[in-house]
Amino acid sequence: MALVTLKPYKEPELYLECNNISPDAFAGKTAAEISELEVREGKTRVRLGDYFEVSGKPGDTAEQTEIHIAGDCSRIKYLGTKMTAGSIKVDGNADMYVGGWMKGGKIHVTGNVHSFCGIAMEGGEITVDGNAENYVGSAYRGDWRGMRGGTIRIRGNAGNDIGTFMLGGTIIIEKNAFIHVSTHAEGGCVVIKGDVEGRVGGQMVKGDIYVLGKIQYMLPGFKKIATVEKEIDGVSARFNHYIGDLGERHPRSKGKEIYANLFVMAS
Amino acid sequence: MAEIIIKNGFVVDPARKINGDVMDIAIKDDKIVEKVGSGAKEIDARGKVVMTGGVDIHAHVAGPKVNVGRLMRPEDKLFKSPNAQAPYRIESGFSIPSTFKTGYDYARMGYAFVMEAAMPPLHSPHVHEEIHDTPIIDQGALPVFANNWFVLEYLKNREIENSAAYTAWLLAATKGYGVKLVNPGGTAAWAWGLNCLTLNDPVPFFDITPAEIISGLMQTNEYLGLPHSIHIHQNSLGTPGNYEITLDSFRLAEGVKANNKFSRDSVMHSTHVQFHSYGGDSWRNFESKAKEVMDYINGQKNITVDLGCVTLDETTTMTADGPFEHHLNQLNHLKWANTDVELETAAGVVPYVYDKDIKVCGIQWAIGLELGLYAKDPMRTFITTDHPNAGPFIRYPRIIKWLMSKKAREETLESMKYTDKVIDATNIHSLDTERTLYEIAQMTRAGPAKALGLSHIFGSLAPGMEANVVVYDLNFNDMPDDPEQIERAFLRSSNFIKSGDIVVKDGDIVSHGNKRTFWVNARVKENPQVIRDIHEKFLKEYTVGLGNYSVWDCLAPNPYVIDIDVEA
Repeated sequence: MALVTLKPYKEPELYLECNNISPDAFAGKTAAEISELEVREGKTRVRLGDYFEVSGKPGDTAEQTEIHIAGDCSRIKYLGTKMTAGSIKVDGNADMYVGGWMKGGKIHVTGNVHSFCGIAMEGGEITVDGNAENYVGSAYRGDWRGMRGGTIRIRGNAGNDIGTFMLGGTIIIEKNAFIHVSTHAEGGCVVIKGDVEGRVGGQMVKGDIYVLGKIQYMLPGFKKIATVEKEIDGVSARFNHYIGDLGERHPRSKGKEIYANLFVMAS
Repeated sequence: MAEIIIKNGFVVDPARKINGDVMDIAIKDDKIVEKVGSGAKEIDARGKVVMTGGVDIHAHVAGPKVNVGRLMRPEDKLFKSPNAQAPYRIESGFSIPSTFKTGYDYARMGYAFVMEAAMPPLHSPHVHEEIHDTPIIDQGALPVFANNWFVLEYLKNREIENSAAYTAWLLAATKGYGVKLVNPGGTAAWAWGLNCLTLNDPVPFFDITPAEIISGLMQTNEYLGLPHSIHIHQNSLGTPGNYEITLDSFRLAEGVKANNKFSRDSVMHSTHVQFHSYGGDSWRNFESKAKEVMDYINGQKNITVDLGCVTLDETTTMTADGPFEHHLNQLNHLKWANTDVELETAAGVVPYVYDKDIKVCGIQWAIGLELGLYAKDPMRTFITTDHPNAGPFIRYPRIIKWLMSKKAREETLESMKYTDKVIDATNIHSLDTERTLYEIAQMTRAGPAKALGLSHIFGSLAPGMEANVVVYDLNFNDMPDDPEQIERAFLRSSNFIKSGDIVVKDGDIVSHGNKRTFWVNARVKENPQVIRDIHEKFLKEYTVGLGNYSVWDCLAPNPYVIDIDVEA
């Protein structure tokens, strides 16, 4: 892997929209060419080099390119948008849309991320050591085609609207989440290792949710059918198995209706 | 504005039977003239095709249902909204573009006039506000009549004179252009959760049939002598086996004569016939009946049609056919919006993905093109996509490409997952017809202008006509082997002059033009009964007062009013 280091040296007055910080955009370029890549601050076009000191050299392909951002990205949006391979590591926080529409590769943020982390993701891995705000792995506003693949791991807490319209892939929240988990989902798996306030699986058609803590307010559209032993993300425990959302349409397979599964740790 | 001369282009102007002659076209102010002085601005069109501006007879481009589509589909804008180029406005959206993108995209394709195909009368102020916000292109709007309680009551009692007086009043109140029928009776029935799927299904409460509504409004239209014929979206749209109902409704025009002073010969414009030319009795044995439908049209000279071609895109369906949108939502389970418009109409909006790898979508695609290829009279068959229902209007160049090139059709057919099944259910594979530029000009310009009663303004490059001139980068004598070049040329014109103003240069917008709103003011003898009925209904049934109903003049600040004095 060939390493490119970006060192932030100037705080933008607004927020920078950096769709161009990705192994795909960097591959095959020199440090000077990378500095010239266009990013936007509000409606103004600026250069990446106006805010970051670029050093190192990327590989010839995205796959061989490793990006290290040696500093905080609290005012940087769209890191790794649509990336297909390679890796990005951020020392600190990042703003909205980290790894949006991502197809492959790895992103690691050591601090917190803002909303829309991994929105409409198709593949690859995102790891956030801190907390995430809202819309982790959800669909774009209005779209019915949400996250399709890959893994998002948030080591801290997450806000609301996790995995909305999810179709595949895995989201793991290691601490607590607020409301709206897997709303409208038709596949995929969401694991919440802490507590959730409520609205878990609303209008869910297919897919799985695991809650290892408590759900404060359970939705009435879920029905308990069994208590089962399960192993999920390294934890083995007894879970109450619910199916739902009973108020939603469900596909049929071999004469049986397919429901979404909600597993809540049995106390 | 001043004098312009477009020199040495291959002029294609079917209205004057000019087919590729190398000629100059002269413009003075907003009109085409015989010649101009030596100081005129010169545009070199050597080696390029010159046509008059396009006329779109049917597109949903302004008003509440378009806006509902925009509101409920933010994802339609995602990654599809180019950044603004100073000094022009930002453009956003694909199947339901913003008003600015609508105007710019039509202008880039060389279109001068676009008819908004369905205006709910109660919401006509909104329609006109959006029309006013759409730059460059001239527009009109067709209010919907076929489910209106006034109309249903008058026609039930066979009171054509009253129906005409009400129609004239509503056209003036809404600044409308003509009489649109959407699922006659069926949309009214939707208020009771029902539909009218054949021409003889009685409308609940009113006890009138779709056939009576269609015939009644046809008579009303000719009584008034409006520039356009009735413009109908037939019953049972989008249902396998519906072609027989389509033919039944065509037969209602037999023997009816056009009465107008606008050299219009047709008495019925049947819109988006692709959706109405379906065989089979389920989606399983769904097949094309394009030949049966077009055979009838070819022999019935007083009917015009537009195609409503499926373009194989992700799009947004929107129609005043409320029950159909509900049916569609039950098929695809996506988002659904539904609106009831008091005594007048209803509407629904549902996103739809015409996937080329779904057999039914492939067959729909073939049906639209077959209709365009089977048509014997291109002056009565117009290119549309029922924008955005079968695809967005920016695909017109792609439809032109498919109609002009068998190679392009075969390439698309080959790229489908169920090529063989599509071939089995259609005739597209065996059709070798390739439309000429002359026929394309008939299908997009001369024909629709005549059907709209606007052939004295649009549809030709004859001196005296509106100065709408477009230059396409195509060599008439040496057409490209690669069909993609046809699409590219029609998508971004080299030059477009709209009403004497250069609005497009090398495919880019260079002016906001001077758009106008066309509407029809038919003056009838005062009809006390109709006036009393209007007052009474507004008092008893409407949620708005009569005084707040009509479109204010300030909402259509650049009107082009067509006045008609109706002799009793």
